[in-house]
Amino acid sequence: MLTRLLDQDRPSLSFVVDGGAVSAKQGDTLLTAMLAAGLGHMRSSEFGDGERAGFCWMGACQDCWVFVEGRGTLRACTTLVQPGMTVRRR
Amino acid sequence: MRRADVLIVGGGGAGCSAALFLARRGVRVIVLERGLVGSQATGVNYGGVRQQGRHPAGIPLAIKSRALWSRLPELIGTDAEFDPCGHLKLARSEADEAELVRWNRIAAEYGLVTRMIGRNAIRDEHPYFGEAVVAGSLLAEDGAANPRLLSPALARAAREAGAEIREHHSVTAAAHDGAEFVVQANGTTFAAPWLLNCAGYWGGKLAETFNEAVPIAPLHPNMLVTEPLPYFLRHSLGVVGGGLYLRQIARGNVIFGGGRGSGEQEATRTRPSADASLASMEAAVALIPRLAGAMVIRSWSGTDGTFADGFPVLGPSRTTPGLIHAFGFCGEGFQLAPGVGQVLSELVMDGRTDVPLEAFDIGRFALQDAAGTASPA
Amino acid sequence: MRVVVVGAGPAGVRAVEQLVRSGIEPVWIEEAPDGGGRIYQRPPAGFRRNHRAIYGADAKRARALHAALEALKPRADWRPDTLVWNIRPRERLLDTQTAGRRRATVEYDALILCTGAMDRILPIPGWTLPGVTTLGGAQIALKAQGVGIGARPVFIGTGPLLVLAALQYAKAGATPALVLDTTAFATKAMASAGLLWNLPTFVRGLRYTAALRLRGVPVVEDATPIAIEGEGRATALRWRDAGWREHVTPCDAVAMGWGLKPEAQLADLAGVPFRFDELGHNWIPEKDGAGRTPVPGVYLAGDGAGIGGAEVAELAGARAALALLEDHGLPSDMVLRAHLDGRLRTEARFRAALERAFPYPADLARRMDDATLLCRCEAITAGDLRSAARAGGSEVNRAKALSRIGMGRCQGRVCGPPAAEVLSEALGLPLEQVGRLRGQPPVKPIPLPGSA
Repeated sequence: MLTRLLDQDRPSLSFVVDGGAVSAKQGDTLLTAMLAAGLGHMRSSEFGDGERAGFCWMGACQDCWVFVEGRGTLRACTTLVQPGMTVRRR
Repeated sequence: MRRADVLIVGGGGAGCSAALFLARRGVRVIVLERGLVGSQATGVNYGGVRQQGRHPAGIPLAIKSRALWSRLPELIGTDAEFDPCGHLKLARSEADEAELVRWNRIAAEYGLVTRMIGRNAIRDEHPYFGEAVVAGSLLAEDGAANPRLLSPALARAAREAGAEIREHHSVTAAAHDGAEFVVQANGTTFAAPWLLNCAGYWGGKLAETFNEAVPIAPLHPNMLVTEPLPYFLRHSLGVVGGGLYLRQIARGNVIFGGGRGSGEQEATRTRPSADASLASMEAAVALIPRLAGAMVIRSWSGTDGTFADGFPVLGPSRTTPGLIHAFGFCGEGFQLAPGVGQVLSELVMDGRTDVPLEAFDIGRFALQDAAGTASPA
Repeated sequence: MRVVVVGAGPAGVRAVEQLVRSGIEPVWIEEAPDGGGRIYQRPPAGFRRNHRAIYGADAKRARALHAALEALKPRADWRPDTLVWNIRPRERLLDTQTAGRRRATVEYDALILCTGAMDRILPIPGWTLPGVTTLGGAQIALKAQGVGIGARPVFIGTGPLLVLAALQYAKAGATPALVLDTTAFATKAMASAGLLWNLPTFVRGLRYTAALRLRGVPVVEDATPIAIEGEGRATALRWRDAGWREHVTPCDAVAMGWGLKPEAQLADLAGVPFRFDELGHNWIPEKDGAGRTPVPGVYLAGDGAGIGGAEVAELAGARAALALLEDHGLPSDMVLRAHLDGRLRTEARFRAALERAFPYPADLARRMDDATLLCRCEAITAGDLRSAARAGGSEVNRAKALSRIGMGRCQGRVCGPPAAEVLSEALGLPLEQVGRLRGQPPVKPIPLPGSA
């Protein structure tokens, strides 16, 4: 489970994932925010072999794509969360 | 010196298929392939198994080949992911629509069953099309297959039937010594009374060796594929006038293409063109707006050979008995590959085939030269 | 002269620095929102830890690099958040795409590619489970986000980063459940004892290991990871010790990495030939000691051109820029050039020892179970690849065509090296003979136009 360890005294903000409100901190990436909120995964493999929650955290493995309303399909590990952002998982 | 009954230059779809059909009739065949089988035109194309839209002169051959596509599992032990998903050709104007109707009438004479889908029906049946689409014509028994799988599977089956498939054998010399064909490849001499030129774009060079220069040009398809998307598109799509073709495979990826890539080093190295890719991406979204924002994950190209009249060269040489050409399929060879192989085997073994090949005769270029004009396509 | 530098990590920063010194204002393209590379990645605005807290022993270097980065941004045509997705070498054009989805083409007369590296992976059952990251990923999480991939993570792999990352986690308040090094102590010790240059790294490794053990973190060497277990997320690592005894270590996350591999896709598209580097056990683009490639106008520096580490990347970045200046008849600092050449030669010897000390466990990749998922994008197993090998997959690109391995979103970045091992074993061919996956545009996914 993703754990907030250091430097977490930052302003909170709220965004939406799959219709539910999620709390995050300013400066979180989508990957950090969603995993820290206990959402567990970013996407499901299209080929039935389970859920994925990213892997490389550096924009290389392409395994953390989420859909962001108004912005399209984005890598959760390289996208900062913005207040009010609306995210859908596939 | 390696002897055979038939030497085949080029291990693409046509060459490997010919090897299979010949080997099954007990003929000693050697295929000489410069790289790996199916690396070029047959391996990198869109994967359309399409009869629709073909010039009438090519319809009988396409029908003959289509019959073999249904029999692939029994012939080569795999269906090469052939899916008879139907080919839906789309009209974006009344003129386009008239063109579809016109072709369908011709096709009916050959027994091909098509269905026109008019303005209202196309919206009902295919709500994902953009405004530009006004009608379509479905040829239900057309479909698509995985181009990467066909040639290797044909080659495997040919090998099992006794053919010798030699990869990494680039032909450096070819001649007829009066008695038989003598071909040098990869430091070895091969000889046979028959020679099949299935060398794609490079078939032009081989033909030239036998004093049959042809006005062939390289054709580099420009192909793209998206990430897997929820499955929604049953048919393989084309548009009247060409320029875009698009299909979705069961795994979800949308494969589409249009425009041209580029080649260098005598067309052996190819790369997709960013401009063509971006244009195809625009065109794909115009055709199917719901594709907007979908991610393109890869693009590729390869080399086919093409002629201005749109026909391949398929049939006996005019200069050299025992030489049969089958090259330059103008981007339409994938569907034809199994049938072309069968035709070649019949030409060698029976001296005839049951489909008309007149339009594909290599002699047509000499006639054009004499007349000073190109014949109508 | 239009000069483009791709990448703003240690190599890119030092390359731009030399160009700017010579009066050139390069176009400077960085895929991330900020420079620094992965090694010196900075947290976004709002985080407060200082360099010392984030980068530890590397704080001084990080601070210097960040200072240079900030000083250089206004003196270059700085384009962050921009992906170079294609190169057209004949036209000398780059195709770019920004995070805002704007597309552009960028002309160049000379190009320096500083594209960095990523972790080299060994797939084991369960490696796609949520909670499993690369070793580099685990470090970035801590460095740039202040989060741990878990409270009780397991670290598996080999290399100097392994114990370092575990110790960073321990210091940050996590409780590493296990550090599993696939390399035997003797291998590391021998490679180090043989070469004086490697001694400091070896000693540092010993110190980190001791520190971890002092904190009660088990560190095992010459061990084999068997599987990551869990339903829907990683909850345990099953592994075998050097004595062949099996263990299960409960955990809540796993970080894995066996050294690094170059992110060399752009060099590939630029037409740079590749060669197999025996020592690093990687395919690397060809370049001379100064970073010149056989393709005129194209220069390479940093880990993207062969793994050397951050320090080497800084030297190589500066050196490549000097080579570029020299080749284009511009004045370049000869004294600095000689100094850099000397340093780079020394570092190359150091690197050789390091590679010997921490080998990629090729045998584990080659023995991978048929059922193990090898390509996580396309869900292709090792067995699928072996079937492709039997069906005529005589080199990796053909095996890719037949099996779809490496055909997905990441284009084989992750599965490429282990897939080559599996194929090499299946075909009975030396690794270099099975080849490498060719790069294809776009090097990373780009969207179809319009809003979804």
